Amino acid sequence: MQSQLPFSPEQASNFAPHVDDLMLFITLICLFFAVAVTAAIIIFFFKYHRKSPNEVGVPIHGDSRLEAAWMIVPLILAMGMFGWGAVVYVDYRHAPPDALDIYVIGKQWMWKAQQPNGLREINELHVPAGRDVRLILASEDVIHDFFVPAFRVKMDVVPGHYNTMWFRPTKPGRYHFFCSQYCGTNHAIMGGWVTVMEPADYAAWLSGSSGAEANPVVAGEKLFAEKACVTCHVPNGTGRAPSLNGVFGAKVLLADGSTVVADEAYIQESILQPNAKIVAGYQPLMPTFQGQLTEEQILALIAYIKSLQSQPVPATGSGIAPTTEKR
Amino acid sequence: MPHEDYLNARYGIRSWLLTTDHKRIALLWLGSVTVFFFIGGLFATMIRIHLLTPTGYLVTPETYNKLFTMHGVAMIFFFLIPSIPAVLGNFLIPLMIGAKDLAFPKLNLLSWYIYMIGGCFVLYSFATGGLDTGWTFYTPLSSIYSNSAVTPAVIGIFINGFSSILTGLNFIVTIHTMRAPGMTWFRLPLFVWAHYATSMIMILGTPVIAITLLLVGLERMFHLGFFNPALGGDPILFQHLFWFYSHPAVYIMILPAMGVISEIIPTFARKPIFGYSFIAGSSIAIAVIGFLVWAHHMFVTGESVYAALTFSFLSYLVAIPSAVKVFNWTSTLYKGSISWDTPMIYAFGFIGLFLIGGLTGLFLACLGLDIHIHDTYFVVAHFHYIMVGGAVMGYVGGLHFWWPKITGRLYPEALARTAAITLFVGFNLTFFPQFILGYLGMPRRYHTYPPEFQVLNVLSTAGASILALGYLLPMLYLTWSMRYGKVAGQNPWPATGLEWKTDSPPPTENFDVTPEVTWEPYDFKNRPDLGLAAGAPSLAPAHGDD
Repeated sequence: MQSQLPFSPEQASNFAPHVDDLMLFITLICLFFAVAVTAAIIIFFFKYHRKSPNEVGVPIHGDSRLEAAWMIVPLILAMGMFGWGAVVYVDYRHAPPDALDIYVIGKQWMWKAQQPNGLREINELHVPAGRDVRLILASEDVIHDFFVPAFRVKMDVVPGHYNTMWFRPTKPGRYHFFCSQYCGTNHAIMGGWVTVMEPADYAAWLSGSSGAEANPVVAGEKLFAEKACVTCHVPNGTGRAPSLNGVFGAKVLLADGSTVVADEAYIQESILQPNAKIVAGYQPLMPTFQGQLTEEQILALIAYIKSLQSQPVPATGSGIAPTTEKR
Repeated sequence: MPHEDYLNARYGIRSWLLTTDHKRIALLWLGSVTVFFFIGGLFATMIRIHLLTPTGYLVTPETYNKLFTMHGVAMIFFFLIPSIPAVLGNFLIPLMIGAKDLAFPKLNLLSWYIYMIGGCFVLYSFATGGLDTGWTFYTPLSSIYSNSAVTPAVIGIFINGFSSILTGLNFIVTIHTMRAPGMTWFRLPLFVWAHYATSMIMILGTPVIAITLLLVGLERMFHLGFFNPALGGDPILFQHLFWFYSHPAVYIMILPAMGVISEIIPTFARKPIFGYSFIAGSSIAIAVIGFLVWAHHMFVTGESVYAALTFSFLSYLVAIPSAVKVFNWTSTLYKGSISWDTPMIYAFGFIGLFLIGGLTGLFLACLGLDIHIHDTYFVVAHFHYIMVGGAVMGYVGGLHFWWPKITGRLYPEALARTAAITLFVGFNLTFFPQFILGYLGMPRRYHTYPPEFQVLNVLSTAGASILALGYLLPMLYLTWSMRYGKVAGQNPWPATGLEWKTDSPPPTENFDVTPEVTWEPYDFKNRPDLGLAAGAPSLAPAHGDD
């Protein structure tokens, strides 16, 4: 879609036309007020130029109705700007459920991306056109930010927790992405290219990967055994820790009676700060793996746990809240 | 000038360095903030020259990162925040309310010394490795990863904070307790209202930045974990604490400038300000609401959607009182008797540039738009329009307006008007292209950029050279005028404030007799003492080069 705004990047995502329309809307309103006020000042400047040295102006102290008017009208317009912006933002902050998940790690001063089948990229991101894409963003050190001007989206990448962002690319091509949170010496060269491909081309590109060893699910399964997770999280529910079959995306019942959805952030927290949330009926026995796993290893474990969604949930020995239907 | 005034009352360096006269202290501040303006300006010059080419040819990436950091720290903490309050506020508030001095003259001097000590720590940081964290000190970059001289810098800013707190305290107590008989709240000059609101923010907000930077320093020195996720800390906590002060801080920078404009416009339109109580009230409203919007700097940090919605909404609310001021200033011009003197040109420049800067805040407050323009040059343009186009123009315009009172001299008018216009043109050429750069996607704090952004960067640098000229000229002719300028009378404009009812420059005790106020502010019709009554002899033009 050709951009209608002058001085703007190409529109290459579902959000771009909305953001540009919002920009146009706000620009027109602000232009109106700026021109009106400037014109008034210039006109008064000349019309009321002092004509004689002792001249004074006409004392007018105020007008309450005028004050009310120029408080209420701008307030209404401001609420319009707020409302439209809020709608776009709320959409942006809630990725659609069937989005393609790509893991992105930012570190000083490069980006690593991992496609669903394990294919890795450095400073590049390949995505299919017409498909919702969700990026799960992790940092290995300081705060970064993943910004694609042609998509009109960005999100900070913060150490210690995950942020997610989503978009639907609409136009094949190559688009710049930038780090846009100052992160030290090479902040300005910590960028790369997003390549949007036709779905068929993307599938072909994806299958040119090095195969199963790179698959994060396989890597995660290996780690789950290596790090002895399986000794407590026995799949049939007889271990000291809940079975993880079917837990991803389900509601987990906690010891204090509350529930939490087991998403990526919950899994990550459970690995790094296991005592933060204790599952009902279990003891706080799990050691922390803080400092023992890289960001990529944590993501691999998450990918493996996601793959257990279709495994049978044991009748006892699962942390899933009883009133919730199994997905 | 025949008689004794505050400048010639006593001589010698001790009479300046140990003075408790608010007017002399104001001049001490004038000297120091000008030095920091030069330092910050030097860094800005180097930045703009470096950005002439996409690959940058002036400095290394490490140096560039230090330049923009130190530019921000010097300008914000050591120039913009003190400038109008410490120079003009200190000088004028006692005079404007009919008092002999501020409530606590010794604390006033202490305020300056604290600033100087804080400044020394920061200059030490600049000189021994520099600072490369950004003036925003985001963690964990500043608390763990940066190898620059962060600790002395945060100590310096921490110390400097007390200077702000003491000034705010002094102003509030003075305004409450030392008004002359008849100087009721609603007869106060709007400059005083503006400084009252500013002082509220200084006292309530500054302790938060002090503690926040202290925590960063402690984390660096003792490897604590407030902001370190590996130790259970949260980097985003820093941002909440930091912006809780630093957003109200921008209102510390702009409210005093708005106060200056509210004095200049009635004076040079020779009529009362339109909507006095609305302008006074809007200053207080900005100070209060300004404390409720800080997380609009954090829309893309992953903060909760509910938080984002709340802060966006409140950010739109805080725009309304500023709009009210602009409409009231404009309405004051209607049926005025407008002279085009230099202070008025600065006031017009202020309104034009503040209009653009303020309106572009509406773009940034918009959640859906901010996800694109956050952390790009759009933001850089927005805040420079307000802080430089607004606050600095207000400061320089105020210096011109009150120069005759402070020094007893007039400056050369033709040169001054030329400089004001040069400033306006240079400023727009420097910063308007940056809005475009931002929407096109150029992130901020970049020492190198994609080649397609070069033309706009070159335009911006060209503008900066004109802007520099616009600042240089007043520094030269104002200094010149102190010795060779035409002698100004008591009230050259004339203006209606109490400060104009004493000599130029004033005597040390300000007034020979405590004034008693029986008139409303900005009342040109009922003030025969101004010499404007019909039938009075024609007022000689107050120009230093006639």
